[in-house]
This record gives sequence, structure tokens and C-alpha cells, in this order.
Amino acid sequence: MYSKKLARLAFGPLVESAFKCPLTRNVSSRVTAVRSLCSWTVCLHHRQKNQLSNGLTRLNVRPVSQTTLDPAEARKFQAKASKWWDLQGEFAVLHSMNDLRVPFIRDNLLNVHGVRQLGKPRAGLRILDVGCGGGVLSEPLGRLGADVLGIDPVEDSVRTAELHSSYDPDLRERVGYQACTLEELAEEEVEGFHAVVASEVVEHLADLDTFASCCQQVLKPGGSLFITTLNKTNLSYVFGIVAAEQLLRIVPSGTHDWGKFISPEDLERLLESFGFYVEAIRGMIYNPLTGAWSWQQSTAINYALHAIKRKEEPQPDRVWAESENLDEPGRARSYS
Amino acid sequence: MFTFAKAKLAAVLGIGRQCVALRALNGAQAVRRGFASSERDEEPSTSENELFDIIISGGGMVGTAMACSLGLEPNLAGKKILLLEAGHKKEMNRVPETYSTRVSSISPGSAMLLSGTDLCSFLNFLSVWDACSDALITFDKENLQDEMAYIVENDVIVAALTKQLQTLSDHVEVQYRTKVVKYTWPHPYHVSESIPWVQVTLANGKTLHTKLLIGADGPNSMVRREAGIPTVKWNYDQSAVVAVLHLSEPTENNVAWQRFLPTGPIAMLPLSDTESSLVWSTSHQHAEELLQLDEESFVDAINSAFWSNENHSELVETAGSLFRTALSVLMPDSGSARQLPPSVAGIGPKSRVMFPLGMGHATEYIRHRVAIIGDAAHRVHPLAGQGANLGFGDVAYLTKVLSQAAFNGKDLGAMQHLLEFETERQRHNLPMMAAVDLMKRLYSTNAAPMVLLRTFGLQATNTLPPLKEQIMAYASK
Repeated sequence: MYSKKLARLAFGPLVESAFKCPLTRNVSSRVTAVRSLCSWTVCLHHRQKNQLSNGLTRLNVRPVSQTTLDPAEARKFQAKASKWWDLQGEFAVLHSMNDLRVPFIRDNLLNVHGVRQLGKPRAGLRILDVGCGGGVLSEPLGRLGADVLGIDPVEDSVRTAELHSSYDPDLRERVGYQACTLEELAEEEVEGFHAVVASEVVEHLADLDTFASCCQQVLKPGGSLFITTLNKTNLSYVFGIVAAEQLLRIVPSGTHDWGKFISPEDLERLLESFGFYVEAIRGMIYNPLTGAWSWQQSTAINYALHAIKRKEEPQPDRVWAESENLDEPGRARSYS
Repeated sequence: MFTFAKAKLAAVLGIGRQCVALRALNGAQAVRRGFASSERDEEPSTSENELFDIIISGGGMVGTAMACSLGLEPNLAGKKILLLEAGHKKEMNRVPETYSTRVSSISPGSAMLLSGTDLCSFLNFLSVWDACSDALITFDKENLQDEMAYIVENDVIVAALTKQLQTLSDHVEVQYRTKVVKYTWPHPYHVSESIPWVQVTLANGKTLHTKLLIGADGPNSMVRREAGIPTVKWNYDQSAVVAVLHLSEPTENNVAWQRFLPTGPIAMLPLSDTESSLVWSTSHQHAEELLQLDEESFVDAINSAFWSNENHSELVETAGSLFRTALSVLMPDSGSARQLPPSVAGIGPKSRVMFPLGMGHATEYIRHRVAIIGDAAHRVHPLAGQGANLGFGDVAYLTKVLSQAAFNGKDLGAMQHLLEFETERQRHNLPMMAAVDLMKRLYSTNAAPMVLLRTFGLQATNTLPPLKEQIMAYASK
């Protein structure tokens, strides 16, 4: 345990803080190749045991665990469970982020799944909101017509969410909540959702591999995965932690742990190893003066990612480099 | 969790028995006239029957236009909208023979909004307003390609919009002869165990809930009063007398005339080749006198108001003509031939009415889950013909804002987009209202210096076509 921590401390800033570092990529890509071959044979049910052995070979790290739930994080949110809907309060930033992430989800789902009826642009789609908190994102998605299930391990948050949506009959029908973790849900709902949304969640998780594999499980083939999170760069440390938490106090102090941030390249690699291909990555930035988010070119601080679960599962002996053999629309991306 | 919340709601509101009454299908619910059916097929949840997405309070021109505009908006399909009006339903199957007295001038911008609601099929008798000319001022637009405005009776507008609403009856409902007695506002933040919606209590005892309340209930708005929105207002000590005029001979009636008398402006707006509408703003006393006059004397009063020169002083006349000569030397091709207003032969029967004038502006157009539009938010002097247009501008922008919010899955009553509406409309309305008020004050006096000032100012404006075009453009938005 301690050696890993030391390794993280030593290697982490050194390796991760460079925005593009060839060392990381080469090492990680080899690791990914090894791990990807293993993970396909592991498949779905006994992943957790094998995760342990795979986790040891990873360089960018959080302590390996068998579950996505990190008790310390859960405790942080437990304390603030009643404040989710205070629009001027601590979660105000998340409320204003809806201006970006709801259109992002709505439009990308439109691209992939086609137009539904007007007025309810996403009717008939089942969406899973992982780490829904007080339902800040689940409610707008429900209003757009989708059937949303919001899950969060913190029970008080789920209760707040249920109470808030209980007054509106539209939302009552379409948005449901459950207090559980993703892996618990993944066992019941295999291939049950058209889309999974994990917004501002992956930086609070204990284990990303479990997360990615569960997402892969619960999604229908061709389903979409939406993630918004923070990048792991110097800039994100300065703005995301120092400025946001300590200086401007936009976000309560201690909300984020820079060690858990993940860069878009690493996240993309991780997702690809679990059967996704990343369709879009966009940078986001928050303006504390206006309280509004906007899109930007650089993914240095916050970013949003849209990935699609591949429709056909490749055979275990196929090499990953041959992405053109798959029948998804090709993307012209290369790693170097 | 859900059942607990529902039970609590039902107990608090006591709606249980009303729900039963609805199901009994009795016509004793005399309030619910019109085409909307009172029973629904949805599951028997008390709050579902009563909860609307948007309630519009006030079914005048602006309120009905708002209801139509929201009903036609594709992003708002599926939202439940309700319009509450205290008066009768205004139906008109064909254009009536005689004109009614209250008319409005509709700018091209408003016409565009209304044309989306199929209003144009009724407007086959409208007149086109080419230039606005005054005995002291010449103000016309030479290169005019499009119409400047349309003169339409208020009743016709409301009837056409009502007809349009009937085609939207699946999600827009209208309740006539419904008076609201009380509004209950929600807490601005989420307090558990309290209802987060606006509650509207009607005179018949029913309570409706809504996520957004739009107040379009006129200058003495109850919504504005109950919400405690501070209003800047004053009375002009003037009343307007309106009537329908028969002209002495048919003419190509496409010009509106307005003359500023010391007591107030008198205006003649064209309705057809032989008829025009009169709007004469004057002191309360004089207005009452005018109403008492018999028809002939009234007609004489109107003609003399337009034609007599008794208020001109020697000084002003000389100064004015000198200035005009000077300007024609500087800019030889400015100015235009003076047209003369038509003379009046008679008035429409029983068409004389008067109403008081004032100025009012609400300092805020919105509160949490509330917005006010039209005269409830801003009230102006009719001298520029802009009151209705400002209201229609509110309708267009609020619809746009709500449509975008719905497309983003937002709660319709949330402050963020309502603030956007308020900012934008205040930015547009305030300069217009200030200009109208300034004009009114400028022309209320007979003192020579002011008269000279305004004469020179207007003659100078007259010679600057770009400036006139700017004013036209602003007023036609």
C-alpha cells in the first residue's frame, strides 16, 4: 500500500503533470494492450479478482479497490446532502453546468439515435445517471422526455432528489432514483440503457476500471457514455483546486483530490480498452464572474467526453490497432 | 416517499372533494364554459389535475397573443397552458359592418408575430400608414418601400387570436369569466413540505397550481400588485377620447395625422377610405365636455382642432419660417410638399368613449416563477402608438426564452432565463417610454421658448433623413 502511494507521489506529478508525455503513453499503451487482452478473457462476472492483478501494472493510480465507492468521498457528500437544490449555494456551479452538459447530451443522443417527437426530444430513451447526487442533471434529462434512473451511493442525496422531483408529476413518471453503487446495478441491468451519464463523478471514484466495465455492461450496444470531469494538469490544479476551492470558494474546500483527476487521453485509453470508442472530447471552462460555463478548445481544466459502446464485441485474439475492421464509423485519430 | 408527499398535498389543499365534484360531470361548475372539457383521462392524482406548466392571467390582446404564441411553439408541445380571462369569449365569425372604437397601430415587427398566428386572414380591411404628419411638423418617409404600420381594431385582434387558440385546444386551455382572487407565491428556495408552485385561487374557490405565472392583466395588474413589484407611475391628468369618424369625402386614406395642441395631441388614424379613428388626449374636464356635446358640435370641435391656427403666435410663426428658409438653403432638397388632413363629416353612432391616461413602469418584470408582460409591465401615452407593440415585443421575446429553456430541459419558472427576458425587454422598452414621455411633456406647454425649441428641433430633424430612418426603424421593431 505504502509503496504504491510512494510510487504515485514520485511518479505521479513527474509523469502526469506534463501535458503530453511520450513516456507515459508508451508505457501505458503497452500496459493497455496487455490488460485489454486479459480483460476480454475475464469478461464480466469475475472481473474484480482480475482487476487486482491488472491494477498493479498501472502507473496513474488511485488505490486499487474492488468497488467504485470511496467511503471518504461518500462522507463528504453525505454532509451536504440537503444543499443540492440551493441555487445560490455550494452546488450552484453544477446547476449552471447544465447549460453545457444538457445540450451536449441531448444533441449527441440526437446524432446517434435520431429525432423523436418535438417537445420531448428524448422520449423513449433510457438514461442512467451515475452519481446523480440531488438529481441536478437527472431532472432536465427527464424533462426532455427520457426515462432516467439516477443512482448514488449516498442515501441522503437520493432522498433529497426524490423529494424534489416528487412535486412535479412529469418528473415523477420519468425520473427514478436508487441508492446503490454502479456495480450493484450492473448485475441486474445488463444492456438496459441507451445512455449512461457520469458527470463530475469519475474524479470521486475509487476504481475506474470497475466503473468502465460496469458502464460497458449496462449499456446497449451502440449506446452512449457521457463523462465530464477535470483534467490532470498544472492548470487544473491551479484553477480547479487552488482558485476554485481556496481562493474564490466556488466549490467547497476538499471537494476534489488532484490525484484522482484523469486526463482525456488516459480516460480515452481506458474506455477503449473496455469496448468503447471515443466520439468527441470538448474542453469546458467556468467563468466565476458571470457564473457561466462555456465550451473552449483546450481541455486543460474541465472537459466533456462522449463515447459509444461498440456494437460488435471483438474477438479476444484480435489486436486493438485494427480499429478499421470494426463496423463503426471510422475516426481519424492517432496517438502520436 | 411519493405517497406521503401526495397525501400531504391533498390534505393541505383540501382538493379531494373538488376532485370528486369534477368527476361527477356536473355543469354546476358554471365557470368552465367554452370548449375545454372538464374531465380528464389521466390517472386520478389531485395535483395532476390542477398543475399547469404556464398560466396566463388576463386575456386581452397581449395575454391572448402570449397564449397563442406559446401554443404554437414546437418546443413547448406537451406543456399544459391555461389562459384566464375575466370577460366573455370574443368570437367573430365575420368582420362586422361598423368599426369599434378601440384600435391599435401595429408595427411590422408585431405584425410578424401576429402573422404567425394566422391573424392576417382577418386583416383584409386594414389600412396602411404612410407618413405621420403634423401641422407644425412635416415628418414623412420618402423612400418608403414597406408599410410603416397597420391600424387594426383591438376586438378583431383578440377574436382572431381566440380563433387560433381553438385549434390549439389540446394543450392550451382557456377559461372565460374567471376571476382570480388570490395568488400565493412559493418560496424562492426549496423548502420541504411546502408546495413549490404558484397557487392561483379563483373566485369559485378552486385553486390551480402552475410552474410559471404570466401576468398580462393590464395597467392595474393584480399580479404585479400581489407580487409586490414596485412600480414607477404617474397620471397624466389627461383622458383620451376615442371615436370612429366618417370623413367628408372618400380619399386614399393611408396617412395618420397627429397634431399637438397645448391641451394634448389629437390624432386621426385611418381605417378605410371613408372612416378614421379618433384619439384625442386632453384634460379630464375637456374630455367630459366633449362627450357631452351633440354630434355636430363634436365634429366642429374636431375640425377646428385640426385646422385652426389660433394658437400660433407671431413670434413663433416668423421664427419658424425664417428657420425653414435657412434650412432649405443649406439642404435644398429636404422637406416635402405639405399634405392636408381630411375633414370630418360625422361620427359613428354610440362610438364615443373616454379613458384615463397615465405612465407606468414596473421596476422588475419578473419574480421567481412570475413574469409580467404588456401594460402590466409598462404603460405609455398613446401619442406614439407604441403601447400594444411593446406588449407584442414582450410576447415574442418571452416565447423565445421559454422555448429555449424547454429545449434545454429547464424548469420553466427558473430565474435564469426569466432574468434574460427582463434585461432584454427593459433595455428596449425604457428608451421608448422615456421618448414618449418626453414628447408629451415637450408638447404640453404653450410657452414661447419651448415652442421655439421644439419647432426648430423638429424642423431640423425633418431635414435629416438618416435620423428619421433610425427613429422609424426603432419604432417598427
